[in-house]
Amino acid sequence: MGSFIGKSVKRREDARFLKGAGRYTDDIKLPGMTQAAFVRSPYAHAKVLSIDTSAAEKAEGVVAVFTAKDGCGQYGVPCGWQVDFKNGDTMREPVHPLLAGDKIRHLGEAVAIVIAESLEQARDAAELVEVDYEELAAVTDPGKAMEEGAPLVHDDWEDNAAFDWCIGNDRAEVEAALEKAHHVTEMEFRNQRLAPNAMEPRSYIADYDVNGDKWTLYTSTQNPHLIRLLLCAFALGIPEHKVRVVSRDVGGGFGSKVYHYTEEALLTWASKEIGRPVKWTSDRSEAFLTDAHGRDHVVKSRMGFDKEGNIVAHLTDEYCAMGAYLSTFAPAIPTYLHGTLFQGVYTTPLIHLNVVAPFTHTVPVDAYRGAGRPEATYLLERIISKGAREMGMDPVEIRFKNFIPAFDGVEQPGYQTQVALQYDSGNYEGTLKRGLEMLGYEDFRKEQEEARKNGKLLGVGFSTYIEGCGIAPSAVVGALGARAGLYEVGQVRVQPTGKVSVFTGSHSHGQGHETVFAQFVADKLGIPMDDVEIEHGDTDQVAFGMGTYGSRSLAVGGSAIIKSVEKILEKGAKIAAHKLEAAEEDLEYAEGKWTVKGTDKSVSFGDVSLTAYVPHDYPEGLEPGLDFSSFYDPVNFTYPFGAHIAVVEVDKDTGRVRLKRFIACDDVGNVMNPMIVEGQIHGGVAQGIGQALLEEVVYDTSGQMISGSYMDYAIPRADDLPMIETDRTVTPCPHNPLGVKGAGEAGAIGATPAVVNAVVDALAHLGVTDIQMPLTPQRVWKAMQN
Amino acid sequence: MKISVTVNGKDYSHDIEPRISLVQYLREVLDLTGTHVGCDTSSCGACTISFDGNAVKSCTLLAVQSDGHEITTIEGMAKNGKMHPIQEAFKEYHGLQCGFCTPGMVMTATDIIEHHPEPTEDEIRHGLKGNFCRCTGYHNIIKSIQHAAEKIKG
Repeated sequence: MGSFIGKSVKRREDARFLKGAGRYTDDIKLPGMTQAAFVRSPYAHAKVLSIDTSAAEKAEGVVAVFTAKDGCGQYGVPCGWQVDFKNGDTMREPVHPLLAGDKIRHLGEAVAIVIAESLEQARDAAELVEVDYEELAAVTDPGKAMEEGAPLVHDDWEDNAAFDWCIGNDRAEVEAALEKAHHVTEMEFRNQRLAPNAMEPRSYIADYDVNGDKWTLYTSTQNPHLIRLLLCAFALGIPEHKVRVVSRDVGGGFGSKVYHYTEEALLTWASKEIGRPVKWTSDRSEAFLTDAHGRDHVVKSRMGFDKEGNIVAHLTDEYCAMGAYLSTFAPAIPTYLHGTLFQGVYTTPLIHLNVVAPFTHTVPVDAYRGAGRPEATYLLERIISKGAREMGMDPVEIRFKNFIPAFDGVEQPGYQTQVALQYDSGNYEGTLKRGLEMLGYEDFRKEQEEARKNGKLLGVGFSTYIEGCGIAPSAVVGALGARAGLYEVGQVRVQPTGKVSVFTGSHSHGQGHETVFAQFVADKLGIPMDDVEIEHGDTDQVAFGMGTYGSRSLAVGGSAIIKSVEKILEKGAKIAAHKLEAAEEDLEYAEGKWTVKGTDKSVSFGDVSLTAYVPHDYPEGLEPGLDFSSFYDPVNFTYPFGAHIAVVEVDKDTGRVRLKRFIACDDVGNVMNPMIVEGQIHGGVAQGIGQALLEEVVYDTSGQMISGSYMDYAIPRADDLPMIETDRTVTPCPHNPLGVKGAGEAGAIGATPAVVNAVVDALAHLGVTDIQMPLTPQRVWKAMQN
Repeated sequence: MKISVTVNGKDYSHDIEPRISLVQYLREVLDLTGTHVGCDTSSCGACTISFDGNAVKSCTLLAVQSDGHEITTIEGMAKNGKMHPIQEAFKEYHGLQCGFCTPGMVMTATDIIEHHPEPTEDEIRHGLKGNFCRCTGYHNIIKSIQHAAEKIKG
């Protein structure tokens, strides 16, 4: 005992998943449950002239058909973050209706819901709903959306901007420094739109209980309490204490299941209308059309260097798509989760980023694994590598030259960036040095030279990233426009027998909370892991919570649990002192018992637990029971970092890129379970590679999606990827009790530019300086021909 | 239409709508919800089952096509409460995270090992091409299958 932290304990959740006994939302069947299907717009931008539901209503098995005219949630689903214009004007915030009324603003927007006894009947009847549309011109590109005369997504305003924003030093000062710079490197590209593609499609069941006047919403969300809050307080205006949100097993999220979606609110509303439970599960085509997308930035950037290769200034302008409406966290992504990372791991003295965030006739854009930080990292890591090449420097040398020196955040203070944040602790050189050892850099350059002689195109690419996790504290994010706090809640309930139930407001959809959280609770209490159960994903069970995203579960959620564990031990010591007839300060706690120092007199955790609930002989004035809940609001973000290195071979005839090696040396602070951390890195890296080489959501100029299935949208398959070589350094986070930083997004943030840098390195001698992602064989081949 | 089918060693007879897919039949009629649906183009492999001993995507078959055939789903892999060596290996080598693709992965892994008792990394990657996992980057799934193959071979 006392030895679970840092061990690769096997996951306790695995048995149910491996036996097919997971309980995902679509697996749930309630008595009397109906099924819903949606009628969705085949146009991106259109007027709805009429909707005729009469044939559908008469169809076999149909229970109800609803359109916007039926008064479902006229407030729409809310946005959770407000970023105002630079000139002080309020962010433009259109109503995001549960069903479209007279106007369609993106392909797949729902105009009607059909509810029937069976799914087949609902789908058949949905086909019978006749909608008369007048198609209008659409704009899907965030740059074009801001051009004069672009079709307006919302007629209420004179242009498509939702807001604009800037961060960093004074623009004129940055421009002046670029004027004087020895060398200026320029880049223009698009950080392409991605579809998150959790393997479990979104699924909801709403169940209104007429007798109790209560709702239960079963939902595949990362964020049960926030969904309840947004649903009750905003979308429907129903009492929060009458709604239970249940989110048990969820098949991946990657950000896409953070948000409050229209279908969740609509089903909740409809369930009361029909007086029966109603289920809807997205199919994959609907998922492509309606799950919030990620990225979609149009970028123009200049980085200036002095003659030694030190960065002197960095100036960037971006158009970042919001889509047709503002999704829950959308305005925060290209701003506070993006611009604040423009320092990277470098000592750049002058930085300015300007963002214009337009509406487009597309599905909303919100956080997707990394959320704003992959976009920042991609730009920084590409432009510094491009700059190095232009100046005849080695990409490794230029990084070492510009790194912020190591600091632990305890002896040495945190690092104050030019873009608002203060980094907690870091040793950026350390991860790159280790990565280079793993690679064998000098040998690789020799191998590359040999390969070129033999007509083979080998390349290596580097990415030394930093990211910000566990976004906090609440007072700061509130000042920046968040409409919620970003603390976490952890309750530890010791049962009379000494068994422990832990309730966390974080949510696991693959991360292994049930194992990892039990590891450190068991360790701190000195009891077997089997005596600790982790509960999450049910608002009736867990007091409150802010859910899981931004790699926050352990750093924020874990810290809240630790606070409660400390309260348990503090109260337990009082009970133990009473039982042992000793002073509290004479006790020590280890291996599940309180012992009077220097004696063999002790009392066990189990005995103290029982006494707390059977308080016959008990300290005077002390409340019975052993159950504490804590809110933990961090003092700062955490800042994981690392070095990712890709080795590629490009087929000179076809342009196909093959990853020969991928090396990830990350520093995520202290590690609770190395097996799980490595798994998180593997998955993130795969998604990062996916963006570099394979994935892109493509809308044509009319707003049709031409990548709306797995036949067209390429997520990485097993034979697209190499084994991923991982290692880590450990620089603890100085400001949370476990010293952890978060590992969920690191892979997706670090990997992408490493791969693209490697391909450009392989082709540099042919004059290739940049290729637009994804690096499909066609694009690579074309670049080689030019 | 009437069908008779053996699933996980048990015989079933049902009168079903001809248009329903095999995966719907397994999930909705037999309540075997371990087999999942992740797409609508037979691409993702979350619905993979064993059909007369071969790994098959159960969304590509109509339920009526299973008449007279023998099916094993993920629920039929553990015997007498003991997990199959492939299931054990996935747990041991962290071959799953969210668990949604896992049943399909295990069924495909069974097929791979049957055809390649000593599979190379390339053979495993090739064999897994039709099964998507968004969580693991396949790294630990491949390790799991390699170790399961060794264990099965003994």
